Amino acid sequence: MSFINLKEKVVQVKIVYYGPGRCGKTTNLEFINRTYKKQIVSEMVSLKTHGDRTLFFDFLPFDMGKIKGYDIKIQLYTVPGQVKYNATRKLVLRGVDGIVFVADAMAKQRSKNIRSLNQLHENLQSYKESIFNIPLVLQYNKVDLKEHGIPILPTSVLEKDLNSKLKVPYFEASAITGYNVAATLKKIISSTVVSIQKKLL
Amino acid sequence: MNYGIVSQEQLEQIDTILNEKLIKLGVDCVIIIDMAGNIITAKDNGENKYDVYSFAALAAGNFATVDAMAKLVGEQEFSLLFHKGQESNIHFSKIDDELLLISMFGREISLGFLRLNVVDVIEKIRKVWGSK
Repeated sequence: MSFINLKEKVVQVKIVYYGPGRCGKTTNLEFINRTYKKQIVSEMVSLKTHGDRTLFFDFLPFDMGKIKGYDIKIQLYTVPGQVKYNATRKLVLRGVDGIVFVADAMAKQRSKNIRSLNQLHENLQSYKESIFNIPLVLQYNKVDLKEHGIPILPTSVLEKDLNSKLKVPYFEASAITGYNVAATLKKIISSTVVSIQKKLL
Repeated sequence: MNYGIVSQEQLEQIDTILNEKLIKLGVDCVIIIDMAGNIITAKDNGENKYDVYSFAALAAGNFATVDAMAKLVGEQEFSLLFHKGQESNIHFSKIDDELLLISMFGREISLGFLRLNVVDVIEKIRKVWGSK
């Protein structure tokens, strides 16, 4: 549920990066934080364990400028990817407006991606939301590993596994080098803002 | 999906209530957020500048966690949430299922006095909110 403040003309939009453990959700946010420092007024908040794994969420507020006189404030969140943290994943999804599903393109992670996407579907249902209606973008992360000789899944396989029913926009990406991180972000912001506009009209 | 839209008039009424009842009392900063971590309104005494957006995200997470813990021990909710520090304290209070009132205050105000006022504020805000 985005929040619209008619007095101060501010729209707050919540976008969540979701995906299996170690797929690169936090790395996406860290890259955005470094690259768009000027548009980010506050520090990125990370609640993590001593081992640098996300414990609750990362949070990055991001000013996108104005649309029709309204200030658009994008709030980026990640969820903890580890299987055991589903209760906290669900909490972070509350009131979500748009989702980036980050899939790990490494061949050995194939089943984890599918399981995580299925759980996203269930978690959204608990908020009476549908994965088929909410703005969603898929990101096939870690494509750079191919150069290092690590087996990665071809995009056609990832598409078949994850996107055959959803048919949403997708990007091959490398969060660590920044390849297509901004493209993913731009796509999810535009889909989400369009969806909010439609619902308001 | 219901979108949280609040009218200018309602916000002004809520801001007046917060100013009159809490900021004038000596509370440093008052924020109303929804459970998704969005800020509905934030008022401060002009002296302390907090990063309210990060604060709202963390506060919503904190409240949701405590709520989940309450359910695990068979409680409906822990309605009072209070963090005490050396110089400043934070008090959380639920307005309704969607809204949370957060007050940050220093040593010069007692918790009891704050709570009395918060109860009053919440009652007034519910009336304004319910009128939409």
